[in-house]
Amino acid sequence: MRLTPWLHCLRGVVGRELLRFLHQRSRFIAALVRPLVWLFVFATGFRMALGVAMTEPYQTYILYEVYIVPGLVGMIQLFNGMQSSLSMVYDREMGSMRVLLVSPFPRWYLLICKLLASTLVSVVQVYVFLAIAWAYGIQAPLMGYVYLLPALLVTGFMVGALGLLLSSFIRQLENFAGVMNFVIFPMFFLSSALYPLWRIREGSYLVYQIAALNPFTHAVEMIRFAMYERFNGDAVLVSVAVALVLLALAILGYNPSRGMMARKGGGGG
Amino acid sequence: MRVSSEQAGDAPLEPLTPALEVRDLDFSYGGKGVLESVSLAIEAGEFVVLLGPNGAGKTTLFSLITRLHDRRRGEIRIGGFDVRGQAVQAHARIGVVFQQPTLDLDLSVVQNLAYHGALHGMGPREARRQAELQLKRVGLSDQHRTRVRRLSGGQRRRVEIARGLMHSPRLLLLDEPTVGLDIASRRELVEHAHRLCVEEGVAVLWATHLIDEVRPGDRVLVLHRGRLLADGNAETLTTRLGVATLGEAFDRLVGAGEIICD
Repeated sequence: MRLTPWLHCLRGVVGRELLRFLHQRSRFIAALVRPLVWLFVFATGFRMALGVAMTEPYQTYILYEVYIVPGLVGMIQLFNGMQSSLSMVYDREMGSMRVLLVSPFPRWYLLICKLLASTLVSVVQVYVFLAIAWAYGIQAPLMGYVYLLPALLVTGFMVGALGLLLSSFIRQLENFAGVMNFVIFPMFFLSSALYPLWRIREGSYLVYQIAALNPFTHAVEMIRFAMYERFNGDAVLVSVAVALVLLALAILGYNPSRGMMARKGGGGG
Repeated sequence: MRVSSEQAGDAPLEPLTPALEVRDLDFSYGGKGVLESVSLAIEAGEFVVLLGPNGAGKTTLFSLITRLHDRRRGEIRIGGFDVRGQAVQAHARIGVVFQQPTLDLDLSVVQNLAYHGALHGMGPREARRQAELQLKRVGLSDQHRTRVRRLSGGQRRRVEIARGLMHSPRLLLLDEPTVGLDIASRRELVEHAHRLCVEEGVAVLWATHLIDEVRPGDRVLVLHRGRLLADGNAETLTTRLGVATLGEAFDRLVGAGEIICD
């Protein structure tokens, strides 16, 4: 078996996603403005009310806007993952998902290519956001930005696979708006993105327990530790495991004979 | 794995086998039969019209051939390769033009084609060469760098046909490709597809509900409510039914549920 055709396929899918991203400037700006509003408006307002005491992995007392940057990085990836699955639902209606799926390569491979492509788009968004945060004065150690990359790939795969899984059984775009409300917001707010877990625990033990179980919490902690040159084994383990399980389910969801595609198939002339 | 049809799998028997062979195909959805014991074979270089009203099961048949859905009974082979058991070889031999437009409107013509080439495992250089060749054939050589959004409906369809042929398939499926086109563009597309059969030896399965797209010598398959009611030459059909036009023949078949096969 020769490897090059497989690489050509990957290059094609990734290249298309990046080209589309470049052409959709409004999508890029929206993806950037969202976390920046949180950083400049929300965090500035809350820094007085919420000082964050010394907590791992930080070595000193930190300002609130320093605390929420990793959470906002996670948010960028979460939105991007969901948006790319939104475009899958849209794609399937418009037919370009069909173009992908009639390729002779195995379907699991095509879906992984697609996931990697959307993850790379989110990585670009994250680094642009971090560059702006750097200019604003929120600076992590330089090597932290390098260690961050693998963490971003894992998180990107995790949320992308979740989006893919959802897209395999959402039939119409209308339903997707509901998923935004029922998936993105709970995942983001019930996590350690905005407040450390110990702080949530003080408020409500139940919410704390949910947040501790939320895979997104682990992804955010993995990102936070990586940015400060630390390795959070538990968070990495949970994130990778969740990403793999979601990926397997998404591939199953797109299986032509077993998954949801078959169940919703037919119809049409 | 090399996935263009010339090289994927060396099957010496290939020229002898039909480009498409469907045997006893059954497909039901939500407890309702969408396709019932459909059998057909298309030889290389044959132009076949799949004629049926909306909802007859044409798109479903195409989805099963391209394996977008797979929950069915029966057998489907492309150039002798089973679409389930030998999916890679079978897929490499199919070119498809879907009913809905599937080009990226914001990308250029050549970017769209390059993407398709990559999905079939082609390197950039080979993809470009194939794209140029196929664009020339559909008369769009001068539109390489044009954004698809700027092209007319007929031109977009021609780009999709060029795309479907880049990997030299043995079978080209077209699902109502003329929807929304003016009369001149429609005629041109029908002619182009016929030329492909003669010049390239590609088997073409052309689904439509428009009777005027059938030419006198074409082989016609009439599909109605998931059943194949007729399979034969357009002229033979009208003669055997004793009617003057294919339109009348179609009404008779659909009305009476008669089955006529050559």
